[in-house]
Amino acid sequence: MKFDLVWLIPIFPLAGVLINGLLGRRIEQKNKSLVHWIACGAVGLSFVVTLGLFFKLLGLPADKRLYDFAWFPWISSGVFHVGVGYQIDPLSMFMCMFVTGVGFLIHVYSIGYMWHDEGSYSRYFTYLNLFMFSMITLVLADNFLLMFLGWEGVGLCSYLLISYWFSDLANAVAGKKAFVTNRVGDFFFAVGILLLLVHLGAHGIWSLNFSVVFAHANLLSPHLVTIICLLFFLGCTAKSAQIPLYIWLPDAMAGPTPVSALIHAATMVTAGVYFIARCNVLYSMSPFAMEVVATVGALSALLAASIAVTQNDIKKVLAYSTVSQLGYMFLGLGVGAFAAGLFHVLTHAFFKALLFMGAGCVIHGMGGEQDMRNMGGLRKRMPVTFYTMMIATLAVIGFPGFAGFFSKDGILWETFSGAHGSYILWLIAVLTAAMTAFYMFRLIFMTFFNECRASEEVQKHIHEAPKTMTVPLMVLAALSIFGGYIGVPESLGGSNLVERFLRPVFGLGKDKLLQSAGGPGLIHRAVSETAAHQSFSTEIQLMFLTAMMVLAGIFAAYMLYMKKRSVPETLAANNPSFYRLLLNKWYVDELYEKVFINPLRSISFFLWKGIDVVVIDGMVNSTAAFFMKCGSAWKASQSGYVQRYAVSFLVGVFVLIAYYMYVR
Amino acid sequence: MNDYQSVYLALSVILFSIGALGVILRKDAIVVFLCIEIMLGAVNLAFVVFSRANQSAEGLFMVMCIMAVAGAEAAIGLAIFVLLYRKTGTINIDKFNLLKW
Repeated sequence: MKFDLVWLIPIFPLAGVLINGLLGRRIEQKNKSLVHWIACGAVGLSFVVTLGLFFKLLGLPADKRLYDFAWFPWISSGVFHVGVGYQIDPLSMFMCMFVTGVGFLIHVYSIGYMWHDEGSYSRYFTYLNLFMFSMITLVLADNFLLMFLGWEGVGLCSYLLISYWFSDLANAVAGKKAFVTNRVGDFFFAVGILLLLVHLGAHGIWSLNFSVVFAHANLLSPHLVTIICLLFFLGCTAKSAQIPLYIWLPDAMAGPTPVSALIHAATMVTAGVYFIARCNVLYSMSPFAMEVVATVGALSALLAASIAVTQNDIKKVLAYSTVSQLGYMFLGLGVGAFAAGLFHVLTHAFFKALLFMGAGCVIHGMGGEQDMRNMGGLRKRMPVTFYTMMIATLAVIGFPGFAGFFSKDGILWETFSGAHGSYILWLIAVLTAAMTAFYMFRLIFMTFFNECRASEEVQKHIHEAPKTMTVPLMVLAALSIFGGYIGVPESLGGSNLVERFLRPVFGLGKDKLLQSAGGPGLIHRAVSETAAHQSFSTEIQLMFLTAMMVLAGIFAAYMLYMKKRSVPETLAANNPSFYRLLLNKWYVDELYEKVFINPLRSISFFLWKGIDVVVIDGMVNSTAAFFMKCGSAWKASQSGYVQRYAVSFLVGVFVLIAYYMYVR
Repeated sequence: MNDYQSVYLALSVILFSIGALGVILRKDAIVVFLCIEIMLGAVNLAFVVFSRANQSAEGLFMVMCIMAVAGAEAAIGLAIFVLLYRKTGTINIDKFNLLKW
């Protein structure tokens, strides 16, 4: 398979969009199942092509793993040229693999989930395919602008799918919130791209191609790089739901559950992580920006975990868990552990998609119930869902041996030992790990254990999900267990294939950083690597410590939600203000409402009533009124009486005669 | 120019003024119309006087044209008044002011 076939990967979902989008209604009337055959087939074919290219890439030596496929020119303006092109390197293939792979599984799962839905079946799959197209464009693009196109495209699809059931106002509002919040981030993101273009253009480099920009990054001043990195990061906080722009993600759970799994857990929200990893050269040049990324990541992880502890909506818990896990990824990126961060992206895609899909099965089986207080005892009724969700939970909390353990450990270890890490960030991360274990097991205990708290009618209805839903669950469960073993750290006798695979992409950044620090790059790296070898025993001790924290979290959840189930209520009753603070998500939404939204609304209101209506409309209307007044003054002369016209005619003749007789 | 010529011209001016005042002041459409004819007659008289004074036939030629036009005008004007009367029952020109903004 030739690398030039890379354009096939985005084309298949796009074809699906066109077929289902234009003819979907007719296809749906004739044969409903044809709709999902087209949609799933398109993504499946993309996955197959990706797989082929991935193995071809693996067959090449590590330093040759870069191929830029320039497809066709897009924008040409003077010296500035941008083309539609796809870059094949370890990072883009790594992302593309799980985007198409997990995406395919979720497409299959959607068949079962959406089959009985009253909404338009073809519209759902059109949006889903459009999302796949945008996401693939995002990760494969070889320049900033095309990547931005995909970036905006996934935002649009997120909006469309959150408000998929738009007849309910709450869903439409949630979609709008997601869209507007993302727009705030996208604005800064676009400003970052423009800054980059203008300042590189000043040096004669009129290109937004990734490799060209990164090769000339040293032309930019450090301050400028810091500003650009921070602007990009603001864009990433919106897309990847970090402080301060994470508020849309929990509300995004209004969409269908497979959408939450695909877009708001596995793929789209990792776009920010991907982007920072892609721009590792720029970030490596700016230690301050790295610190900001790490700090924001750690704080987001902690904040979201603290909120998740009190939420009762099963999807909301998972949503905050997603924010928290994304925080880990950014922490990893921020301390310079790009590979560890991306490894967590991969494992997170597996287990978080699985968790959401499991939650979807639960909601499906319970007839739309999402409140965990009305669940319980589902272990016997939905065994497949229970066991797969159990595996996913163990993976997400980083239980030793599961996928999340290896990826999370990589981040924690780099945070502890890395050049950019710090003990405080590490402490936050470990604390968050314990909280993750607590709230995830709270979810499991409340949903699957004890007696069922649902009403009789719902209880009769509870059933295991159909095959199209459970098979993807089982596949992802297997990946949640074994997916971690591709990145076993060296301290545990593994070879960390992920890091080795991604090293060509990040090596460049590290060398640049060390050169800018003044030292000869390669020697430094060798020294730091031998130092890392000596600290294997420390790493294992820390792993043990983290595992203990996780076990403590599980134990606490067991005590509170299995043994002494009255305790949570007494705790909440004894600390009412703190409990309410957590339950209401630290009042962040309310704070934003007060600080940003209301002033903006007042300004807009003033611009509407004050500027637009009074000044602009006033100018236009008074111009018109002036000419109308002039007209009415003259209209008296046109009386319509023929004798008056005769008089004026006569007077005119006399005036003319007098003029010619006396004046001339 | 002889004295009798100025008498004729004075008569022409008087007739023209009578006609003009009639056009402006009278309300009966037919009277207004007759006053226009008086004005045309005054103009014709002036043409004849000047033609005679200059010993040329051009003025006489103009008079013939004006009389032809006046005849045609009379036919059309009277037809209009007949129609107006059928339509509205009056030919008082103060009742007709439709020709305006």
